[in-house]
Amino acid sequence: MKIKKGDGWKTLPRAGIIPEPGTSAEYKTGAWRSYRAIWDEEKCKQCLKCYLLCPDIAIKVEDEKMTGIDLDYCKGCGICAEACPFSAIEMKAELECRD
Amino acid sequence: MKRIALTGNDAAAEALKQVNPDVAAVFPITPQTELMHKFSKYVADGAVETELINVESEHSAMSACVGSAAAGARTVSATSANGLALMWEILYIASSCRLPIVMPVVNRALSGPINIHNDHSDTMGARDSGWIQLYSENAQEAYDNVIQAFRIAEHKDILLPAMVTLDGFILSHTMETLEVFKDDAEVQKFTGEYTPDMFLLDTDNPFTMGPLDLQDFYFEHKRQQVEAMRNVQDIVIDVGREYGELSGRSYDIFEEYKTEDAGLIVVAMGSTAGTIKVAVDTMREQGKKVGLLKLRMFRPFPGNDIIKALSGAKKVAVMDKACSFGLEGGPLFHEIRSFAFGSDIHLKSYIYGLGGRDITVQQITEIVDDMESSSPGDDIVQFFGVRE
Repeated sequence: MKIKKGDGWKTLPRAGIIPEPGTSAEYKTGAWRSYRAIWDEEKCKQCLKCYLLCPDIAIKVEDEKMTGIDLDYCKGCGICAEACPFSAIEMKAELECRD
Repeated sequence: MKRIALTGNDAAAEALKQVNPDVAAVFPITPQTELMHKFSKYVADGAVETELINVESEHSAMSACVGSAAAGARTVSATSANGLALMWEILYIASSCRLPIVMPVVNRALSGPINIHNDHSDTMGARDSGWIQLYSENAQEAYDNVIQAFRIAEHKDILLPAMVTLDGFILSHTMETLEVFKDDAEVQKFTGEYTPDMFLLDTDNPFTMGPLDLQDFYFEHKRQQVEAMRNVQDIVIDVGREYGELSGRSYDIFEEYKTEDAGLIVVAMGSTAGTIKVAVDTMREQGKKVGLLKLRMFRPFPGNDIIKALSGAKKVAVMDKACSFGLEGGPLFHEIRSFAFGSDIHLKSYIYGLGGRDITVQQITEIVDDMESSSPGDDIVQFFGVRE
């Protein structure tokens, strides 16, 4: 649901309930990033360990295959890089990644 | 109805048994312990279908209640004094999440020094927490209030948790005769099914309860709680009337005992009201025009209605079984006094009975005498019954 101008205590959901599921996807936490996860597709064996361990939803998966890092959500915690058995993910300082 | 003899704790347990709630999360504390002890026997004997959860502390008890009520279960607990204090932060969670948890609180003095006996410091300390508070005069009222509490708390225009008090030891451990419904079914017909509009076990309609609020929305959510509290009084009265039709005993926000022509009215809550009634009768025989206003619904506080009920009197002695340190005058006294602003009633605060210090009929007549001879310029508060 969207809060609109004119919404007040009478129209906001009771007790701060969020009436739809999955709304955390609307909050793009990637803006907080200080390190960026860089994926090396050649080294990746598609084990999906990074996907399972990512605390956010920053590993993009389609048809059971990893397709990349979602920078809208990657905050640079480095868990994926630490966990990857094939060193297919490397953490790089965010400022260095920007031109 | 059948007439039986029960202690206050057993009367409250009997009410809970007849309601048959879904979940009870419990932790013992004197003088509440026997209430849940009795209820747990009903669970063990299969007299109720309640899921009884034994937790490791009162903080956990209320936390478990919040989870259970949020999941969609009709949920209860019970506590006293420091147990209520240990639950303190979660009381606010229960009311802000708008969960209609019902909890008998067997009033006991807050430590320290450690004291297991009765005063109202525990529930008074929770008066800002957003819980409905109903005070009971005797075992009958404890039983009746517990049953009515579910209908009040669960009302769709309210959805707030409710405390039902009974004085520790004085009521909880004293046997009285009272009338109870013969048939659990009659009680359950009155309380009805608990049908929350939103509950976490409803997997077809997932939602989040208890998320983060920041400066942007917290105030609106608190304003919603204010509105819910504003809806309580009318519903307490309606439920009290409906209960009266069913049981023969109807209830209101307060009871006026011989106040119609009283020039002096005593205000009090809980079991002391019973003692005051005897004192009033005694003084009336002596020709004194005295009455009692016994407040039942303390939260929400029906200030305007109280002042209207007191308006025939010139003098009002407010008896508080609690003390707010640093505030001259008891909490009930100050709440009444602020609504009396602008009227010319002379009010005085009598703090009594702290830690279970006894209050007798004789002492109440002394309080009335003191009030009669007091003038507005005198000390605003008297500590009655303390060794000077």
